[in-house]
Amino acid sequence: MSNIVLPAEHRYNKIIQERQNEDGSELAILNLGPTHPATHGIFQNILLMDGERIVEAEPTIGYIHRAFEKIAENRPFYQITPLTDRMNYCSSPINNMAWWMTLEKLLNIEVPKRAQYLRVIVMELARISDHIICNSILGVDTGAYTGFLYVFQYREKIYEIYEEICGARLTTNMGRIGGFERDWSPKAFEKLDAFLEEFPAVWQEFENLFTRNRIFIDRTVNVGAITAEKAMAYGFTGPNLRAAGVDYDVRVAQPYSSYEDFEFDVPVGKSGDTYDRFCVRNAEVWESLKIIRQALEKMPAGNEFTADVPAYHLPPKEDVYQDMEALIYHFKIVMGEVPVPVAEVYHPVEGGNGELGFYLITDGSRTPYRLHFRRPCFIYYQAYPEMIKGSMLSDAIVILSSLNVIAGELDA
Amino acid sequence: MALDTLEIQNKLQEAFGQKVNHFRTEYGVFVLEAEANSIVEILQFMKEDKTLNFHFLTDLCGVHYPENENSEQFCVVYHLHNWFTNTRIRVKTFISGTQPELPSITSLFESANWMERETYDFYGIIFTGHPNLVRILNMDEMVSFPLRKEFPMEDSGRTDKDDRFFGRTINNC
Repeated sequence: MSNIVLPAEHRYNKIIQERQNEDGSELAILNLGPTHPATHGIFQNILLMDGERIVEAEPTIGYIHRAFEKIAENRPFYQITPLTDRMNYCSSPINNMAWWMTLEKLLNIEVPKRAQYLRVIVMELARISDHIICNSILGVDTGAYTGFLYVFQYREKIYEIYEEICGARLTTNMGRIGGFERDWSPKAFEKLDAFLEEFPAVWQEFENLFTRNRIFIDRTVNVGAITAEKAMAYGFTGPNLRAAGVDYDVRVAQPYSSYEDFEFDVPVGKSGDTYDRFCVRNAEVWESLKIIRQALEKMPAGNEFTADVPAYHLPPKEDVYQDMEALIYHFKIVMGEVPVPVAEVYHPVEGGNGELGFYLITDGSRTPYRLHFRRPCFIYYQAYPEMIKGSMLSDAIVILSSLNVIAGELDA
Repeated sequence: MALDTLEIQNKLQEAFGQKVNHFRTEYGVFVLEAEANSIVEILQFMKEDKTLNFHFLTDLCGVHYPENENSEQFCVVYHLHNWFTNTRIRVKTFISGTQPELPSITSLFESANWMERETYDFYGIIFTGHPNLVRILNMDEMVSFPLRKEFPMEDSGRTDKDDRFFGRTINNC
């Protein structure tokens, strides 16, 4: 993070002095951000402009850095989920589930099939809401506000489903070690069915609005293209990498939470430009719907929502008042006195924007010794200056939206 | 089909001898420790060798072990991934606590740029040869390295959060 006012010795000033355009015009410095209405989130980019073309860019990040890794070293394992929520807040259930799965890997806990399927459903819902945000905002940035307002109603429906599951909407803090905190209510399934009923038509219409739209195509095709080699060198994962033509998806490469039981395609693009990123995300929404339907279909009967791990799973509150065992476990879990092995675990999942990984080192105490978040946004945002080099200022905004950089995940 | 861990181990030992050691498998991931000074050559070999082909740098981060002896108080952890055979590997390298220095791998992986800056920002580990090793998430004026274990999370002068009242001691939290 650097000063907002550029010091006189900044290298851009030197470039401006040295470079003479033929028509006598000069380069200029433009400070885009940190809080610019066109950048959705807190991003600062110091741009060196030649007229309306970007010559060079220098991103400054860290404006909402909250030191989650340090806080995590001082919190018992249960108190870390709320931190993960606040990284990619557009798809927080994925982050929550990834954290529980990391702990389950550490503790060797087998999650029952039904709970795994429920997790898959909620993670795919989160992916849909993430892609809804990214693609509709991309529409807003190219001047199409209608689609955004239209599909955002359905993001709201997804949040209502979250609400039925865990009580929260945006920062969900959902789940427990072993599964969920309680079984999903019948209302949650009703809302899910209603969503699956209504949403496809809406998404189809949203696609129709954009995919063959002359203005949208002009604004996005060949804008911010990146080759597959470059994308891999820059550590791209997720839809942004797949738009460049590499079919790497953690759900397929290293299935977790029973993703291997479902049939779905991994949509890939070709040129890695903004339009391909848009199309890949659109297609992924269809695949996610497919996965949710299969999960509902194949869901084992019964009401098992968690593994039988009383030492790690908070007991229901009524039991805490009645049973001695429940009271003991409740006390121990809340105070963080749960047995944890000394180990190192890395668990990756396919987040909304790419491979989200938790690297956890434990020393047997009540808190992690070290917890590192592999945040996809942080890693691929460093390619942004190169991607916008030579493009127009308005394209830079569009590229930023299409990369779906989430400030919370970027800065952790 | 994941690469055989023994094959990885043999290849690396053949090329680097004692510079790579402590091979083991932890929770399904093959782990090895590498000597800090040759880290660039080792990772380059792992990246460019036709069979190993660890072409993707998944993650890079630092760890602080103040209890260790001085020569290995800091650790830099590299997670590499071979997508073709779907093999993950973790390379750990230990460096000194008083002079934490390590060659930068930005020449191999462009993605290492910000990850090394982040590690420098939080641990003060100097990556020699890095093109622009400045703080990234914290403010430039900061003088301390906040993820080192000796750095307190909260203001030590606070009296409303005395951990002793909650059964916690400095050793268990």
